[in-house]
Amino acid sequence: MELFVFVCATVMIIVGALGVVLRKHPVHAALSLVLTLFGIAVMFVAQHAEFLAAVQVIVYAGAIVVLFLFVIMLLGVDQVENLKTEPLAGQRWIAGVVGASLLGLLAAAIYTGADSVVSRGEGIASNVVGDNPDANIQQLASSIFSDYVMAFEVTSILLVVAVVGTVLLARRRTAGKS
Amino acid sequence: MNALIVVPTATWYLLLSAVLFTIGTVGVLVRRNPLVMFMCIELMLNAVNLTFVTLGRRLNDIDGQAIVFFVLVVAAAEVVVGLGIIVAIMRRRSGITVDDLAELKG
Repeated sequence: MELFVFVCATVMIIVGALGVVLRKHPVHAALSLVLTLFGIAVMFVAQHAEFLAAVQVIVYAGAIVVLFLFVIMLLGVDQVENLKTEPLAGQRWIAGVVGASLLGLLAAAIYTGADSVVSRGEGIASNVVGDNPDANIQQLASSIFSDYVMAFEVTSILLVVAVVGTVLLARRRTAGKS
Repeated sequence: MNALIVVPTATWYLLLSAVLFTIGTVGVLVRRNPLVMFMCIELMLNAVNLTFVTLGRRLNDIDGQAIVFFVLVVAAAEVVVGLGIIVAIMRRRSGITVDDLAELKG
C-alpha cells in the first residue's frame, strides 16, 4: 500500500516539476506547481507528518500559488514565453550538464551516506498506532514551543519585516513626496 | 506476490527529492521569466523539506519536522518580498525577462 502511494505521489511530483520547467505559459507552470505541492503533501502523510501536510496544502497551495497567480494576472505577464530562442549560446546544454552532475553527486552522497545515519532521537509519536489522534501535532508543538521557542520568536520578527518591506516596495510614490 | 509488499525505504524518498531538486536547479538556470524562476526555487525548497521529513523519520526524531515548519515560514516571507520586488520592477517596464535587468553589469 505504501508502495502504491509512493509511486502515485512520485508521478504527481515529477510530472508537476517538469510542467513547471517546460510549460510555456506562466499560468500553466503555476498550476503544475500545485500538482507538485500536493504530491509533496501526500509524501508527508505517508511519512506520518500529518500536520506538515495540512500546512503544506494551506500555505503553499492556498497562499503562495494564489499569490503567484495574482501577480501573473496583475502584471499581465501571462504572455507565452518563447522557449525556442536561446539568448546565451550553449546555455541549455551547460545547464543540462550541470543538472546531471548535480543529480549524480546527490545520488552518490545518498548511497554512500545511507549507512552512516543512526537513530538517536527520542522517537516520533504516530497517529496511526497510538490511541491519541493528535500525537503528531502535540509532539511537534512541544518541540517548537520548548526547544525552538527562540527561533519561533525570531520568525515572527521576520514576518513583520517582510510585511513592512513589501508594503514599502508596493507603494506608489506620489508626486511631490520623494 | 512478493514484489507487492516492497516498502519504500528512506533511500527512495531521498532519491526522489534529489531528482526534484535537480529539476528545480535546471529550471532556474534555463528559464527567463522571473516568476517561473521563483516557482523553480519553490520546487527546490520542497525537495529540501521532503529530505528533512524523510531523515526525521529515519533518525526517529521530531526535529526534522520542526525545521520544515520554519522553512515554510521563511519560504512564505521570501515569496512575499520577491514578488513585491518583481511587481515594483515590472510596473515600470512590462514584459521583461531577467536578461533585460543588466544595469548593474560592469
